[in-house]
Amino acid sequence: MKFGVVVFPGSNCDHDALYATSKNVGADSVEIWHKDTNIPSDVSCVILPGGFSFGDYLRCGSIASFSPIMKEVIEFANNGGYVIGICNGFQILTESGLLPGTLLKNESLNFVCKDVNLRVENTNSIFTKGLETGSVLRIPVAHGEGNYYADEETINRLETNNQIIFRYSDSEGNITKDVNPNGAINNIAGICNENGNVLGMMPHPERYSDEMLGCNDGVGIFNSILKYIKN
Amino acid sequence: MNTYKAKIKITLRKGILDVQGKAVEQALHSMDYDIMDNVRIGKYVELDITAQNDGQAEEFVREACDKIIANPIVEDYEIEILEKA
Repeated sequence: MKFGVVVFPGSNCDHDALYATSKNVGADSVEIWHKDTNIPSDVSCVILPGGFSFGDYLRCGSIASFSPIMKEVIEFANNGGYVIGICNGFQILTESGLLPGTLLKNESLNFVCKDVNLRVENTNSIFTKGLETGSVLRIPVAHGEGNYYADEETINRLETNNQIIFRYSDSEGNITKDVNPNGAINNIAGICNENGNVLGMMPHPERYSDEMLGCNDGVGIFNSILKYIKN
Repeated sequence: MNTYKAKIKITLRKGILDVQGKAVEQALHSMDYDIMDNVRIGKYVELDITAQNDGQAEEFVREACDKIIANPIVEDYEIEILEKA
């Protein structure tokens, strides 16, 4: 089981993702340059890391979604490969069409950089199989455009198909407007595609994967991937 | 083949909250410009394009807008094709 972390110009959480998956989770983890035209054959999970790919020019993630590697990532995902996009990676996934909807400017207009609580909405996906439904994770967010938006029909479909993986909640798991850091519809913090093999999330689990940092709630997500892909 | 200039105006769709527009509106009101309302902020893109005619130029620009220049989920766009001087 190997993780492949894509590095775009302007990615800045690529090393955190490499560190978390290798040092904290104990998996093999390699970098993949955005101009590469193939994903190493032994990579089973691709991570699109956070950052400001291409300086967030035009729209966050829009230019990166046309990097040469993305053609491969789309094919990889369409063939059932596991892909996780974190923050800017989530934006790249929506821009490339691998996930529905888009991420608008935060309702407050502020860049939000703080810890949030995430309620695990379902454990059907490989990314959360190792967690408990309804459990609450403390994970940091750091974004200016994290306000998840999709039309009503898409939101209904996401809700009906259990594609909402994480929601912003309080520490008890209550979903309220007060704890929503960016105005996202229905407090959506992370969603997966219909097949459940592509996850996009605004919060950064890789930043809370080492106890030394005061919290390692994020490591559960990577552990879950490792455990269930192995099996 | 002819060269044209394409002017593209991109705006957030009606019904999508424009937080930037709102912030500017509040600033205007605090400057006592109460006569100004409904501020919406968009983007303007200009590019040169070589095509057989203006219709073909517009077709290509529309295609590019749908793929990358605009985000059809939340944005509308208007294209103007001009003969390049």
